[in-house]
Amino acid sequence: MAEDGSGAPDSPATGKGAGHGAGRSVLVVEDEPNISEAIRFILRRDGWSVTVMPSGHGALQAVADLAPDLLILDLMLPGVSGLDILRGLRGHPTSAGLPVILLTARGGHAARDMALEAGASLFMAKPFANADLLAAVRQLVGV
Amino acid sequence: MPKSALSGSRIRSLRTARRMGQADLARLAGVSPSYLNLIEHNRRRASPRILDAIARALSIPPEALDESAGDALVEALRAATVRAAPDAPPETDRAEEFVGRFPGWAALLAQLHTRAEGHERTIGRLSDRMAHDPNLSAALHEIVSAVTAVQSTAAILAESEDLEPEWRARFHSNVHADSVRLANAAEALVAYLDTSGEETGLAAPQEELESWLERQGFHVEAVEDPDVRDWGRVTGGQAELASASSRALAEDWLRRAHADARVLPLTQLMPVLSAMFAPGAVFAPEDLARQFGASLAQVFRRLATLPPAAGVPRFGLAVCDGSGTLTFRRPVEGFALPRFGGACPLWPLYQALVQPERPLRALVEFAGRPPTRFVAHAVAGARDPLRFEPPVVWEAAMLLTPASALGAGPQGAGTEGPDEPALALGSSCRICPREACAARREPSIIAA
Repeated sequence: MAEDGSGAPDSPATGKGAGHGAGRSVLVVEDEPNISEAIRFILRRDGWSVTVMPSGHGALQAVADLAPDLLILDLMLPGVSGLDILRGLRGHPTSAGLPVILLTARGGHAARDMALEAGASLFMAKPFANADLLAAVRQLVGV
Repeated sequence: MPKSALSGSRIRSLRTARRMGQADLARLAGVSPSYLNLIEHNRRRASPRILDAIARALSIPPEALDESAGDALVEALRAATVRAAPDAPPETDRAEEFVGRFPGWAALLAQLHTRAEGHERTIGRLSDRMAHDPNLSAALHEIVSAVTAVQSTAAILAESEDLEPEWRARFHSNVHADSVRLANAAEALVAYLDTSGEETGLAAPQEELESWLERQGFHVEAVEDPDVRDWGRVTGGQAELASASSRALAEDWLRRAHADARVLPLTQLMPVLSAMFAPGAVFAPEDLARQFGASLAQVFRRLATLPPAAGVPRFGLAVCDGSGTLTFRRPVEGFALPRFGGACPLWPLYQALVQPERPLRALVEFAGRPPTRFVAHAVAGARDPLRFEPPVVWEAAMLLTPASALGAGPQGAGTEGPDEPALALGSSCRICPREACAARREPSIIAA
């Protein structure tokens, strides 16, 4: 897990506390580095504090440690399914109510139903519009 | 004894369609009017010579009166009816008349139906492939991921007016990297779809193998040679084995047939087998198994793939796996092995599958035109009996011997003549005329 380990430029100019995020935290579990970088950028500009994990291993522990306000989770992660992580979260009292956006390259009905059944707050098919993702994050956290 | 009502009725309808009197046709064909009357009412079966003369008198090709060709056509039309208009069928009861009066149109209709069914199967296979092909699924995932990254990054570049130069540079380079990745993924996908279209020819590998074997009369000479090891040379360049998977299947088949041939060498097997079909002798595959130290399944497979020999009948063979799916079909005249879908659940093949290692023998009567009797020998066992590790892969084999080839004698089923009770079975429910069958899965398309 790396807060900012990719050699990327420093955070966008928008300081913490500005924007809708107001310093609230989002955990992004996504194995595609360029997708997670774009998500991190968009959310930071809106004032969210973003942590990125490139794999699903240790995701449950990370949620327990960081206690984020929202989780963005990719469905197809190397070696572990986003659905399994989701079920694990829902089975734990402290994370049962955590808002979770499930991202997936498979937008079919079957995948959607499975995601909602496993406890996703929102199911978002790739590719997505940045504005839609941002709106969904704001709405789920209630800001 | 009228068996099939076909050619008599057909002659009658062709004659009346031509407004020809019975006496006139009789005179032209060189038979008596009363005899023609018996033929037209299917009370006598006309000899090929008389059918020829009648066909000439009616100015139609003689094969138009061929009963088996007509039968097949009528069945094909009935099948087409059930598929195309199950709720509002056309005049099914007049199908034979239609075939008789318009053989060309009827053949065309049947041909169109066959083509439509072929297309349906192709579509089914293609959509299965789209849904389950892991290569395709991985390729699409790669493309969607790249597109997602490009779209999100490009939107940031386009929509953020106050983007810092270092971030702008970084996102530019990300878009570039993702576009290269996208181009590669697209190229790989195109290449994959291109070659796979050529390769498979869309025939199931099993069908390709069977048509290859059929062309050789189900006997591949190379398996008789103890020294042949390179099966790739045998399967290479064969028109029927178009796909890599059918060639792999054929090589597995050949390796097994080769091993069977070592245990049951042709030069030793044929004299023993011929003797079993001599008058007064007994055909007993179990004796062959004992004498040669072979398994029953090996004997069955070997008998079904022998070269033709005088006095030895052609055997049929059906092999299935534990799911009941037919994995090998060696057809025999009078016993239709279904090409698609499930077979008749009454086959001893399936009875054997639920009683592994217990050999079964039964006299069976296949519901064909005319009904044909066979002695069925069946046995099921592990595909690899020497394997300790799970899973156990079950396999059953059923050998079909025409009862007509078995002489009278004390050899169990099939030799007591036509009155001996036989197990009534069929090909598959859809084309089986036995309406009242306890094992029926779906209605038949064939009128009883």
